[in-house]
Amino acid sequence: MRDETRTVLEEFRSGHPETFPDAFETLFRMYQRTVYGWLLRIVRNPSAAEDLTVETFWRIYRSHARFDPARGFEAWARTIATHAAIDWLRVQKAETELLVDVAAAPTSDPAISEEVRRKTAAAFSRLPPKLRVAAVLAVVEELPHKEVATALGISVTAVKVRVFRALRLLRTDLQQQGITP
Amino acid sequence: MNAHDEERIKKLLKDSLPPIGDAEPPRDLWPQMLRRLDARTVSVPWFDWALAGGLAVFTLALPASIPVLLYYL
Repeated sequence: MRDETRTVLEEFRSGHPETFPDAFETLFRMYQRTVYGWLLRIVRNPSAAEDLTVETFWRIYRSHARFDPARGFEAWARTIATHAAIDWLRVQKAETELLVDVAAAPTSDPAISEEVRRKTAAAFSRLPPKLRVAAVLAVVEELPHKEVATALGISVTAVKVRVFRALRLLRTDLQQQGITP
Repeated sequence: MNAHDEERIKKLLKDSLPPIGDAEPPRDLWPQMLRRLDARTVSVPWFDWALAGGLAVFTLALPASIPVLLYYL
């Protein structure tokens, strides 16, 4: 870590009124892209990802004293962002927030119809938020289980369990709609 | 659900929800953040409420003390 970044992190953590505002702004500008990108992967809604980026940094602002420099700012911010996203998903109505264009899949299998894709996306949006987040990060975004575990604050085994449960629930939902994956 | 089923449902899911990968915000979000910081509500600490409550009880129990309190304000 560069000395400048270390100084900014220390000023942020100290909360000193003279240095804290500038340190917070510097960190916001350094990490807003990372946090937004992470949130968009989870909520798949650009407008919600913007609002949640601000909400995440608001939570970061309030809990600066709990920041552990040894853990790293990015990992800490991702964990806070993931929990903010889960909170958001809990209050959303299912099937309303999957705004990222399904037809935009560059590797779409022509054997899978548009209707099946839409129903799968809708069934996925009905899953419990904690399972959805684990599945979207580990399966759709193909992130390493360890990275997902850190963001969720759980073990790698727990991530695997959540992903398995998500896939099983998804299969059951699709079967009830007459779709056999 | 066996491993084969699991792979098929994973494939279907990936086909239905394309990965987003790295994405950038469409604009600088700092102005939004500033609005959020400015709009934060000023919270009154619990002990301030307790002090106000205690004072109210005191003045109700001893109304004669009100002029004295006003004198010292």
